[in-house]
Amino acid sequence: MGFPVKFARNRWYVAAYTSEVTRELLPRTICGEALVFYRTQAGQVVALSDRCVHRRFPLSESHLDGDNVVCGYHGFTYDTSGTCVAVPGQRRIPRTARVPAFPVVEQDSFVWVWIGDAAEADPAGIPRAPWLDHPDWTAVHGREPLDAPYGLLVDNLLDLSHETYLHGGYIGTPEVAETPIKTEVDEERQIVYVSRHMDDAACPPFYANSTGITGRIVRWQDIEYHPPCLYLLHSRVAPVGVLPNADGSDPGGFHVEVVYAITPETENSTHDFWAVARDFAGDDDGVSDFLRESNRTVVLQDVVALNTLAKVLETERDGYQELSINIDTGGLAARRLIAAQIAQGAGAEPARAPSAAATG
Amino acid sequence: MTAVDGRTGRTGSIYTVEWVPGTDLLLGICHCGARRRFEDPIELWDWMLGHPEGHRSPADPAPEPALTRRA
Repeated sequence: MGFPVKFARNRWYVAAYTSEVTRELLPRTICGEALVFYRTQAGQVVALSDRCVHRRFPLSESHLDGDNVVCGYHGFTYDTSGTCVAVPGQRRIPRTARVPAFPVVEQDSFVWVWIGDAAEADPAGIPRAPWLDHPDWTAVHGREPLDAPYGLLVDNLLDLSHETYLHGGYIGTPEVAETPIKTEVDEERQIVYVSRHMDDAACPPFYANSTGITGRIVRWQDIEYHPPCLYLLHSRVAPVGVLPNADGSDPGGFHVEVVYAITPETENSTHDFWAVARDFAGDDDGVSDFLRESNRTVVLQDVVALNTLAKVLETERDGYQELSINIDTGGLAARRLIAAQIAQGAGAEPARAPSAAATG
Repeated sequence: MTAVDGRTGRTGSIYTVEWVPGTDLLLGICHCGARRRFEDPIELWDWMLGHPEGHRSPADPAPEPALTRRA
């Protein structure tokens, strides 16, 4: 079973940071769906298909009139539900003049969009990343375009042993690749956990410069992946020998939540949303700047590698062989869950106007 | 440091794979209690997700299946 290329439908995907969606029209393609996002005057996020039903002009190249979008080509006007409320030169509006509207939810600094049958959308199914906008935590974030199938990024993030080789000098040290992992799969909740606990490891610059720890460290990496989109890395570092208390409190530990949203743009490109939240030095802008730049550098190292890998794989014949070893246990589990999700969501589409009756 | 409850707890149906200390072997532990060692993670998942076929709990008097080896 290779890495996934197709999308799982009837799933929530991160489409944007909440700060990106304003009164300006924002185009973004999610799972092959060209969408346009904007806020109503009351602040609600709206997501519509980015193609006017008339001649397919991008609505994102248009303008808002109050809460309605007015197509910049011929003036077809849509309300927040995607229903056309005005057409040029005539009073009768064709019955089928509407564009699909997509369910959206703002949560944990993300705008989530439902790709599939809108009637099936349940916000309770959106996984949480509460550290990103929690008042006691400080977060930095970014988004990088990736010219590769999203499955390559899933593979990358589920196996952190690559940190040793691809991210040496930033987050990688020899102990990451050397330390055995524990993998768990929660079938019921659709979660993959991969844990790597290092009791005595070198402190990479990413943590040394942000925490001030100068010696060797205890370093715990606990991955929690909610396929297909949300990846959480619960990272704990502390000086060697400093462990959480028996009651679970952890005054001697430094906690970093590294969050990725892995959102397919097309079958060959991906939105790589990344965020780093911390529970220390919250008011220190220097630490924020350092973590932002360091993590972006790490992400771009992955982007370069995965773009290269995607190009190579395009030239491989179908059915190429790959080899999996112990470090791939989590990635293989993720592939299986995603494959099941793709099968489960097959055929789930947003409601579209029937083209045969387009003139009403 | 501030605790924020954002982690998702496990339910009862957990498949676990442990890297056996000091070896290159993986130990698969099914939620039914069946355990088996593997050298190959793909073979491990095939066995694990094939539950209940070929799964025996530790209480079963039958011995743990032999370690699989790739041809």
